[in-house]
Amino acid sequence: MIYMRLARDQIAARVAQDIPEGSYVNLGIGLPTMIANHLDSEKDIFLHSENGILGLGPAPLVGQDDPELINAGKEFVTLLQGGSFFHHGDSFTMMRGGHLDICVLGAFQVSQSGDLANWHTGSASAIPAVGGAMDLAIGAKRVFVTMEHLTKTGESKIVERCTYPLTGIGCVNRIYTDLAVIDVTASGLAVIDVVSGLSFEKLQELTNAKLANCVN
Amino acid sequence: MIDKSKLNIEESLSGIKDGSVIMIGGFGTAGQPTELIDALIEQGARELTIVNNNAGNGDKGLAALLKAGRVKKIICSFPRQSDSYEFDKLYHAKKIELELVPQGNLVARIEAAGAGLGAIFTPTGYGTLLAAGKETRVINGKNYILEFPIFADFSLIKAYKGDRWGNLVYRKSARNFGPIMATASRCTIAQVQQVVPLGALDPEHIVTPGIFVRHVVSVGVARS
Repeated sequence: MIYMRLARDQIAARVAQDIPEGSYVNLGIGLPTMIANHLDSEKDIFLHSENGILGLGPAPLVGQDDPELINAGKEFVTLLQGGSFFHHGDSFTMMRGGHLDICVLGAFQVSQSGDLANWHTGSASAIPAVGGAMDLAIGAKRVFVTMEHLTKTGESKIVERCTYPLTGIGCVNRIYTDLAVIDVTASGLAVIDVVSGLSFEKLQELTNAKLANCVN
Repeated sequence: MIDKSKLNIEESLSGIKDGSVIMIGGFGTAGQPTELIDALIEQGARELTIVNNNAGNGDKGLAALLKAGRVKKIICSFPRQSDSYEFDKLYHAKKIELELVPQGNLVARIEAAGAGLGAIFTPTGYGTLLAAGKETRVINGKNYILEFPIFADFSLIKAYKGDRWGNLVYRKSARNFGPIMATASRCTIAQVQQVVPLGALDPEHIVTPGIFVRHVVSVGVARS
């Protein structure tokens, strides 16, 4: 069987399908930020940015950049009508206090029990930086992860136990990869969606943790 | 009559000494008080401990302070960025001490200092490298780590408008750390685009009440 991996933008589109109207959502830096391009602009979905914004809009038109209106990735953004600004205390109250419905984060690894590693490779020469990742990981009601299923050298990023330093313990609810969508449940990893042409058996073979086939 | 805007930028920073702990507002360059930092470089204090979300961008502002060799230690959440080369050089040369704090814990520790709390229990970072060796407690079935307030001698922040009583309003996402840092130091100095007459700021919209602010310095339209 021949299967096609999803491109990064297709992963973003797949996540967007699962974000209901009325949700308060934080999109992490990188691939998660691309999800915003796939949200139905007719729906009221409230995007939060850790630097004090609710109601993030799309990128500004050429020449309309405002250096005092940026997102967490320090890209220029706009504010929707009804949007608001607030200080970091309020922003992290939203994040840590369980007020966000969904956050979407990138990852180096996710374990079968939902441990997340996404902030540090642990390499002695790397400068560690964590930002708001640990707050989002433990603070949002639901934590979605987007990542490639395999590393560049072909190793599974879904693992029994993370080997990279952890961001949060047991915090991930759902994993979106270029091959599958997988829920982290109390009884283990449950595959709920697979790219067409990829068998469950082949997906299991590529994945370094036990999966259950729950595709409808 | 109290006029917190009467000192010029040099006079407002004159109390900063070698070894001072200084909070500097901003998230990246948004909200960074570049003119105050330039004046601090001129002022000459050394061996500073800086509290900021990042560790400088490009070669202006905080990055210039780092490059000038004035910073002994930085407490921040996200030092490594595409344009943090001044910090990167110092870090790899072991010429600066880094205390890495998850952003929400940085926030909570600053707020705790401002609010007079002795410590906080936070869930953020539990079970990670950044909680290694820290006291933990289970409260209502959930795991927390004990973190202590971060106090500063000075806070340098950027606001949009201020008045002679020290009331401040901010602009867009440049607000970020300004309001909380204003509460957590002995002396907060705010640079503003414009000092307006008392009463010109709508009392319903004042974000930082003047009690938290010692000096307001007008710098005109700030450089980006």
